[in-house]
Amino acid sequence: MPPIASPSRPTDVYFFGTCLLDLFLPEAGLDAITLLEREGLRVHFPQGQSCCGQPAYTSGQPAEARSVARAQLGLFPQPWPIVVPSGSCAGMMHRHWPTLFADTPDHAQAVAVAGRVVEFADFLLNVLQFARHDHGDPTQVAVHTSCSARREMGTHLASEALVEQLDNVTRVSPAREAECCGFGGAFALRHPDISGAMVSDKAAALQASGATTFVTADAGCLMNINGKLGCGTQPFAGQHLASFLLHRTGGQA
Amino acid sequence: MSTHALTRHPTPSFKAQSHAAVNNPDLRQSFGGAMDFLQAKRASQFPDPEGFAELRRLSEAVRRRCLAKLPDLLVQLETQLTANGIHVHWAETPDEANALIHGLIAARKGRLAVKGKSMVSEEIELNAYLEARGVTAIESDMGEYIVQLAGEKPSHIIMPAIHKTKADIAALFHQHIPHAPYTEDVDALIQLGRNALREHYRQADVGISGVNFAVAETGTLCLVENEGNGRMCTTLPDLHIAITGIEKVVEKLTDIVPLYAILPRSATGQAITTYFNLISAPRQPDEKDGPREVHLVLLDNGRSQAYADEQLRQTLQCIRCGACMNHCPVYRRIGGHAYGTVYPGPIGEIISPHMLGLEATRDLPTASTLCGACSDVCPVNIPIPDLLIRLRQEAARPPSDMPLHPLQGQGASYRLTTAWVWRLWAAVYGHPVGYRLFSWCATRFRRLTPRRQGGWTAHRTPLIPAAQSLHEQLQRRRPTAPAAPESHRP
Repeated sequence: MPPIASPSRPTDVYFFGTCLLDLFLPEAGLDAITLLEREGLRVHFPQGQSCCGQPAYTSGQPAEARSVARAQLGLFPQPWPIVVPSGSCAGMMHRHWPTLFADTPDHAQAVAVAGRVVEFADFLLNVLQFARHDHGDPTQVAVHTSCSARREMGTHLASEALVEQLDNVTRVSPAREAECCGFGGAFALRHPDISGAMVSDKAAALQASGATTFVTADAGCLMNINGKLGCGTQPFAGQHLASFLLHRTGGQA
Repeated sequence: MSTHALTRHPTPSFKAQSHAAVNNPDLRQSFGGAMDFLQAKRASQFPDPEGFAELRRLSEAVRRRCLAKLPDLLVQLETQLTANGIHVHWAETPDEANALIHGLIAARKGRLAVKGKSMVSEEIELNAYLEARGVTAIESDMGEYIVQLAGEKPSHIIMPAIHKTKADIAALFHQHIPHAPYTEDVDALIQLGRNALREHYRQADVGISGVNFAVAETGTLCLVENEGNGRMCTTLPDLHIAITGIEKVVEKLTDIVPLYAILPRSATGQAITTYFNLISAPRQPDEKDGPREVHLVLLDNGRSQAYADEQLRQTLQCIRCGACMNHCPVYRRIGGHAYGTVYPGPIGEIISPHMLGLEATRDLPTASTLCGACSDVCPVNIPIPDLLIRLRQEAARPPSDMPLHPLQGQGASYRLTTAWVWRLWAAVYGHPVGYRLFSWCATRFRRLTPRRQGGWTAHRTPLIPAAQSLHEQLQRRRPTAPAAPESHRP
């Protein structure tokens, strides 16, 4: 039986690539777009996009956050969903943009755009009902969900479900699975000792979980944990959920 | 007794203290184990997320309603307590509160005070104040007693001695309690401590306690405790002095029901505490025990500042359960002392700036990844990450943008260079042409990226941009054809 199309399944979506993915992990962005296109969607990537403003917002610089976020507001004129392959950026846009633009002339537009923001894993599972054959070898995988995806967007179950539905993949739970990896944007630079202790514990827990790799739908966490793992000697690294899913389900069509 | 003052003269460097703490393997291990234990205990009390959500909704509603009426409720509380024969005193600052309390004790020529656990008394550093004036104050909560013997401060608001090992406590008791043998047997240690304290209860001139809830409707002081020491302190000596913050008032006796249901569950994972004291009056003529005089000191110490701002007022919803620190990944790794304030962890990060000013506490709101584990478990739903972001904004506020009613220490983190870095960032990321130019340079000259990237590379490999940005790659890319539907799932 073919997947049941959601009544709200769109034909077109916007893709907001996020600044981290854009510069550091572009292949994950390409994989996410390929996955969406393979499901029959037209994916629109406004070339004017840059960043959701989160770095400035969480650093206590709302004016700068607003000016960067404002530059994104006009990029999504059609009423299509805005798919964001990162829980924390999606959380910033969906939850904090309305607050950031409160009492400004852009508030109504910010609220309207924020309402269309959807996190990638959530969209793939719950809107597209993503269900593809797993072509990979049997393996064990851990899922790391960003705190924003877990607590602001409530979409951690989507990442887990997408991994669990692959026939040859067993999802394993590392110790203290829900604990933060220690990234926190500027926190990693401002409090390197504490952040370093957190990411060391996270990396160790993932390695001890029995998984051969871990996946996450958040570029910040991925760069943080892989950065730590890269200092070690074990060939263990994580990948973006989109890359993992694309690879397991047959690559490009 | 150590007299280093943590509250009113916070140590200048959170960074230095957290650095030392995070590199102390014993501390890391003991806090890690304790936090795992406390998290599991709390989780066992809330097996059903819906049940927790409902109880939290009720508790939050009580706290919000009572704070909305706070000025009226405080007047009502004073009237009702006075009618019940309890004397009410108001203190704006720690110094005023200390002087009031010392004055009450001195007027009765008191020399020895026994204390139930009270974080507000820690906040004003009452013990040191009394000590300097010839009044000995003995902590009677077992954790507080241990910390006092060690000449330290509590490292947790509910479990003050959580940083101490059995061996630490055995050595302390052996050293400080006359004739105490060295033992690491927990029951034996507790018995040694209790016997030593019992002597103090007999001799004390005054009992000092905190208050968990002050009920305006009935004029009742509620005290939540497990050891019975709170009851001893508030019934044996002739004089009982309670001290609490002005935000602890609730409107009605029935308001206690959800708050007391959620407090011990959140704090220690108990459905109910061993003791729940309701103190409504001094000893009556026909009664054989109880204090002859009861006083309540209501302390402001920056609470009015938080109260004046609608968003920051949420800070005062706190019922001091400590669940936020039990679940905080930062607190877990540095322990309570590294914060340098009486209230550590997430609640300390949002309340200390009101008590001490942002100048002295500006690092605290930054000591969080904003992961939200704290607000997830908060029994009164305080949006701690949002308040941290707000305090970061207030600390970084430029001198040209000062509001009419400033927060103490506002703008303390403002630096012209930082402001310009953010302005430059906004100029680049806020303009497509600027961003394109920046990302073109960053990717083309990626080999020139510094390999030492400050705090990042202290624990990680350096971040190197990709050869081409996603923007660029997408300009040349052709869409992928749709795949045929698969019958993967029924």
